[in-house]
Parts: sequence; structure tokens; C-alpha cells
Amino acid sequence: MFGKLTIEALPFYSPIAAGGALVTVGGALLVAIVLTWLKAWKYLWTDWLTSVDHKRIGVMYVVLALIMLLRGFVDAIMMRAQQAMALNGGGYLPPEHFDQIFSSHGTIMIFFMAMPFMTGLINIIVPLQIGTRDVAFPWLNAVSLWLSAAGAALVMVSLVIGKFSTAGWTGYPPYSGIEYNPGVGVDYWIWAILISGVGSTMSGINFIVTILKRRAPGMTLMRMTPFVWTALVASVLMAFAFPAITVACGLLALDRLAGMHFFTNAHGGNMMNYVNLFWIWGHPEVYILILPAFGIFSEVVSTFSRKRLFGYESLVYATAAIGVLSFTVWLHHFFTMGSSAGVNAFFGVMTMIIAVPTGVKVFNWLLTMYRGRIDFHPSMMWSIGFMVTFVIGGMTGVLLAIPPADFLMHNTTFLVAHFHNMIIPGVLFGYLAGYMYWFPKVFGFAFHRGWGLGAFWCWIIGFYLAFMPLYLLGLKGMPRRMETYNDPTWQPYLLVAAFGAFVVLCGIGCMVMQLYVSIRDRNKTRDLTGDPFNGRTLEWSTSSPPPPYNFAVLPTVSDREAFLEMKEKGTAYQRPAAYEALRIPSNTPIGVILGAFGFVLGFAMVWHIWWLVLAAGLVMFAAVIVRSSNDDQEFTMSAAEVKAIEDERFRAMGSRP
Amino acid sequence: MTAGLALLLGACDLKRAAVIDPKGPIALAERNLLFDAFCVMMVVIVPVIVLTLWFAYRYRASNTKAVYTPTWANSVRIDALTWLIPALIVMAVAVLLWRSTHRLDPYRPLESKEPPIDVQVVAQDWKWLFIYPEQGIAVVNQLVFPAGRPVSLRITSDTVMNSFYVPQLAGQIYAMAGMQTRLQMLADQPGTFVGRNSQYSGGGYSQQHFEVQAMSQADFDAWVARAKQGGARLDETTYPALAAKSRANPITYYSAVEPKLFDSIIDKYRHSGHAHSAPVRR
Repeated sequence: MFGKLTIEALPFYSPIAAGGALVTVGGALLVAIVLTWLKAWKYLWTDWLTSVDHKRIGVMYVVLALIMLLRGFVDAIMMRAQQAMALNGGGYLPPEHFDQIFSSHGTIMIFFMAMPFMTGLINIIVPLQIGTRDVAFPWLNAVSLWLSAAGAALVMVSLVIGKFSTAGWTGYPPYSGIEYNPGVGVDYWIWAILISGVGSTMSGINFIVTILKRRAPGMTLMRMTPFVWTALVASVLMAFAFPAITVACGLLALDRLAGMHFFTNAHGGNMMNYVNLFWIWGHPEVYILILPAFGIFSEVVSTFSRKRLFGYESLVYATAAIGVLSFTVWLHHFFTMGSSAGVNAFFGVMTMIIAVPTGVKVFNWLLTMYRGRIDFHPSMMWSIGFMVTFVIGGMTGVLLAIPPADFLMHNTTFLVAHFHNMIIPGVLFGYLAGYMYWFPKVFGFAFHRGWGLGAFWCWIIGFYLAFMPLYLLGLKGMPRRMETYNDPTWQPYLLVAAFGAFVVLCGIGCMVMQLYVSIRDRNKTRDLTGDPFNGRTLEWSTSSPPPPYNFAVLPTVSDREAFLEMKEKGTAYQRPAAYEALRIPSNTPIGVILGAFGFVLGFAMVWHIWWLVLAAGLVMFAAVIVRSSNDDQEFTMSAAEVKAIEDERFRAMGSRP
Repeated sequence: MTAGLALLLGACDLKRAAVIDPKGPIALAERNLLFDAFCVMMVVIVPVIVLTLWFAYRYRASNTKAVYTPTWANSVRIDALTWLIPALIVMAVAVLLWRSTHRLDPYRPLESKEPPIDVQVVAQDWKWLFIYPEQGIAVVNQLVFPAGRPVSLRITSDTVMNSFYVPQLAGQIYAMAGMQTRLQMLADQPGTFVGRNSQYSGGGYSQQHFEVQAMSQADFDAWVARAKQGGARLDETTYPALAAKSRANPITYYSAVEPKLFDSIIDKYRHSGHAHSAPVRR
């Protein structure tokens, strides 16, 4: 009846595991109680969960990302604490728990923090920046969101029922195969990634079509904002790269479930086939994450330097070049598998070539700041912190790209420091810059500057303290993922790194305070113009928050900095003689239903509850059929309703002090 | 404060850090490559960091004396430079990379007047087995060889993927079941070094390190003679007990080894018919 699921799956075997489960369940209960107390269930359901509005879907993605950031960070601080204490078998975690933590940390941060954060920001901003009313496929967008949420929920549930994978976020076989890992952990990992991966592939397709087909009149490709360009290239990478990991995980699932031998030690299986497939996705994934962050930096540096972005064409070509090259470097993740010198040298050189367009981008941001008037808004601080820190990570990346040097540094904490040095300042700082930049646009009130700056300083200082010691430890030959060690000279470095993690914790505290203070003071800090930063691009031309239809009249574009040009020509806030009725996609529960049953399907696959797999699959199939048979997917907002919303906006704008 | 102090203390012992303080020509060449590339990269990294901070300070909004050119956004000459400078640096490092990757190919035997010594390496859960085919002995968790003589390693795994890592002598290479990888090393002087597995392989991974000893030829011969005196024979009957999971194994000697043992460990994964008769190490 319940497959492999028994009462033994509950984490009473260890107080730490039970504590993790308690926090998870308690947190979910607390949210439910607060929602009930606020009588917010109906509002949540009708206005958010069933919404197909790209802005709301985007906000839900970012909320998911921030929750998972907290979870992933708890993992991080637990690892730092363990390693700080772990000399000669010290510490508080057994190896069988420590390995779950490093596995879930990586999985969560890449798949369920960075991916939703990026998808959320693209969702919110790209349609506004290209001057359209929604993405090309609004319902598909909701499905993508809820499949991502289903994957995240599977990872969270593994805290409470059963155990998570111990195979690291990369899940290399044969360790992740059934012979060496018969438990459910790897299955949780596989199904979380398979389900959310389908969502990511569809998001990529959705954004490609949106950007190519839904731009406002006059917005040629070379008039798109840098963020839209990076979103486009990242989406192409998503659509092409995610199938590789879906296949890799699918084959691994077949090995585990059906006794096949794609990646096993024997019977003709070969683990390196998995490793190749994984990184054929994995390396483009790095650029899927970082290109949109580069786009955000381009917007932010230009806006807060109050200057036109330098070298736009160069940036566009650099972005496209990175997109293409990102598919040609995957083997640098395993120079040590024993391929020939020619193969290693080829992938090493290709990796270095990517440094060229990346270097071009850094120079362009630098030259945008040159002779500007720089406002040190938190978003600008994230950008400056990024530029200074990211080049260090780029440098260590080039060092690791030299195969013989990689033989020395591979799999050490030097490597760990390197990729955190790319992903924290590069990816996360970019998203946080975007989060603090566009917050007033999305919610219509200011985001507190002081707490934002506090978050920045804690994060960057904490980052240096946490990861510079890991570079040095790598030079001392410390492998990654060690639960204990016998070299006492490592410990001082690990103590500093742990201290750094606690400084980052203060940064997260500042982010919580920033939200609290901003929401508390929202009535005093309303953004009535929709343009708090003297913006240059179309998202600032509409109200904050934007109306459901974004633009009552679609803008006509004649420059890259479309809105700045409108303001200079005096056409920015012109109202049309008459408004037209608009067709708007209706809300539908099918997206959230697909997500919920996607979760059930994954859970049943993990525990081999076959009847439930079948039932959940049937419900999902039926839901898609119902949706596809429904021709009434939009409603009409009358011209009078549009006019009423617009009148209110201009009245508020006129009344501002 | 504590952080700064600890880093300062750290700086002193970094001179002896494994990667910075190599003890053989391979690791030395790899380290020098690291240093050379680091220096070349500094040519661009340092100016970018300095310029970022300088521009941020110089062009702060409150400094109204600074030049402000809000629409200056294009310069073909500067564009060309922004592409050329990184391209030149990358070309320089790429030449370095291409040559060194071929020169330091871990499969390429070392050139030396001394004859190489062959050692076969098997990664197990969670220990390392070293088989000396010429000497006919085997050792667990200890790799001993004469200083000044090239060591030619053949590496495989009898479990999940491991990575054989001796930072002061040779760097690392994966150990994979059913496959053989190669690594060359040479120690300039007698000495004791640390070797590890660097690829996570399960519960005993953190304790899966081994002792590497380079000694004089005479000492090595004496060591072989001692190993041959005591200890059991390693063959098909005694091997499964050794291959079973175990943690933090002491150094163990085998006075004799079944000659084809290493090949049979690889072969049992190659011929699917044999796979199910492989020792179960659960």
C-alpha cells in the first residue's frame, strides 16, 4: 500500500535530524496559522496561487527563492560549524548527516534558490521592459512555477520523511547508483530535479517566444535593454541545456528503478557518461544563472551612474558569445578523468576564451561608471562589490582551467572557493541588486536604503571571511566535503570561514529587517510616479505597482533607453484620447493543481507507491485535457475600467507633494 | 580581530602549504604554472579592482567637480581595446596551457636515468591498496618508493569513483572501476607526504588518507625485505575480506600477491558475466 514507506522513515534516529524536521513542520504550520488568523486563504488562492499574471508569478518565484535561500544557508552554516570543530573526529555531525547537508545545500542553492530567483526577476521585468502585457504563454508560466515549487517541496519533505541524497549536488554514479545508495535519498534528489527541470525548460521556451514575438512597436533587437538580451540568451541556454540533465537524471532513475546499466560499474555501464551529460547541462547552467545577473548589473550601473550604458553593442555580442561558448567547455569539470592531453588542452583553451567576452563586460561597466554621477544605492553597491570580487573568482577560474594546475587544485576547497566566488558575487549579488532595484516598482513603496546597505556590507565582508580561507586551505591540499580531518593547521582557517558565515547571517538579518521596516513604513514611502530612480527603460514608465495590463496603450519605441527618451521629448506621461477594452488572461487553478500532483507523483516515485504514481499521473493528464478544452481563457477589461485605473494613477501622480 | 590574527598566523604556515611547497618535479612544474598564470592574470585583475574603486570614489554624485558626460557611450577605439586586452592575455595563457598540458600529461612516462618503479593502486571503501608487481608485495594505506626514481602508477577502483591525490608530488587523477588511469611522480629527496582521496565516496571518506614515503634505494630495499617477511598472502581468497568496507585502516603488509590481482579487479567489471560473482562489499 505505501511502497517502501514505513514509520521508520520519520527522523527520530537523531536529535539533529528530528530538529530539522520539527523546524520544517513548525514553519509550515506557523504559516498556515498566520494565514488562517489573517483570513487570507481566499485572497491567497484567488489573487496569487491561481494567478497567471507574470508579475505575480514572478513575485511567487522570488518568495520561493528567498525561503530556499534561508534553508540553503542553514545548511551552509551547519557545514561551516562542523568543519570548524571537526579536528580529529570533533564536531556535532556524523558523516552520514554531514553528507546530506552538503548535498542539499548545493541542490537547493542552484535549483531552488538561484533558478527561481532568476526566473522570478525575468518574469517580473522582461514583459515590462519590452512593453508588452504578459508573457507569450501565461498559463504555461504558472505551470513552470508550480513544477519548480513541487521540486522544492520534495527536497523539503525529505527532511521530515526519509533522508536526502548523500551524493552531493552533482549526484555522480556509481555512488548514486542503487548498489551503493539503496535508500530513498538519491530518488528524492532525482525527482526534485526532474520535475523542476521540466518547469525550467518550459520557462526557457516561454521567455524566448515572449522576447522574440511580443516586443512593443519599434523595439528592434538592438533596442532591447541589456537585461532582456541576457534573459534571451539565458532562455535559449535553458531550452537547450535542461534536456541534458533531464536525460541524465532519467537514465540514472532507470538504473536505480529498472536495473539498467547506463552508469553502473559493470555490464557495460560507464559513470563518465553521466558526468559528461551532467556537465553538458551544468556548465551552460552557470551562464543561465549569471547572464541575467550581468543584465541586472548593466541596468543598475547605468541608472545609478546616471549615464548611458557604455558599449551596448559590445555587451550584446559578448553576451551572445558567452551563450555559444558555454556549450564548449563542460569537460573542464573533470580534467582528472584521464582524457588525453589534446582533449584536456582543447577544453582548457575554450574555457579561457570565455574569459574574453566576460572581461569585455567588466570593462564596459567600468567605463559606464567613468564620468558618471554615482548614487550609492544598495543596488549600485552590490554591483561595485561584484566587480571587485568577481574578477578574483575569474582569475582563480582561469587558473583551474589549466589542466596541470587543475590536477593540483581539483576537488579541493580552492575549487569550492572559486565557484562560490563566481556564484555569490556574480549571481546572488546580481539578483539582490535587482531585488532592491525593482522592489518599489513591484510593490509601489520604497525599499529601505539603510538596511539594504547593511545587508550589502555584511554579505561582502562575510563572503571574504568565509571563502578566502578556503582558497588558502585548497593550497594546503584540503579536499572538499570533509566531515573530519587530522591536520591541526587547517583549523584556524576553518574558524575564520565559520566566522564569515555568521557575518553573512547578519546580512540575512538585515534583509529581514529591510522587509519589515519597508512594509511598516509603506504608507509614508509610496512611489506615486512609478519612476523613483529617474529610470531609463520602459518598466519605469508605468505605475508602481503596474496595473494588471502593464500598459494601457502599448508604447512606441525609438531608442534603447526608451523611457528616458520619452521623458526628454516630453511624451512620457501623455494620455490617449480614449482607452480601449483589453483582453486579459483569466486566473486558473490548473497550474497549482499540476504542481501539487507533480509533487505527489514525485513523492510516490521516491517511495515506490505505484498506485499513487498512476493516480497522480492521471489527475495531471486530466487537468491538462480540461485546460486544453477550455476556450474561455481570457476576460475583457472594459475601456471604462482601464480609464478608471489610469485616472486614479494620474490623480495620485498630480497630488504628490 | 580574531579573524585577522588567524589569517596572519596562517600566512606563516602557508610557505609549507602542500601546493606551494612541492617536493618533486611534476608538482613543481604544476605549481610554477599556477604561479605564472597568476602573475599574467594580475596584469588585468589589479587595474580593474583599482579602477573600480577609484571611479566609484571619483565619480560619486556628491563630487560635482568631476567631469560628467551622461551620453558618452561609444568609442570604437576603446571597444577594440576592451576586446584586445583580454584576448592577448588569454592568448598568452593559452600557449602556456597547450604546451604544459602536453608536457605534464599524467600518462607520459617521466624521463630519467633511473628505471621507473611500477605501483598498482586500488581505491577501496575506504582505504588505498598499493601493489608492487616487481617486488611481489602489497601494502594498505602506505606508498613507499625510492627518492629520485620515477614512480609509474596504474590506478583503478574497486568501488565508487575516487580521486588519488598527492598534492606535494603529483596532483591527482580519478580512480574508476573497470578502468585504469595513470599518474607519474617523482620525489627529489627522501621525505614523508600525505596522500588522500579527494572525491567524496561515502562515510569513511574523511579518514581515507595514506602515508607517502620517499626513501633512499637502500632503505627501500630493506623496507621491501621487511614487508616480505611478515604478513599474509593477498589472493582471491584473502582479497574479499580486505575489499569489504572499513574505516581508518592501519598500515598493513602482504608478503606475497597473486600476480594478476590488479588486472582481475579491473576485469571483473568489464566482463558482465563475472560481475555478479564479484565480491559483495556491502
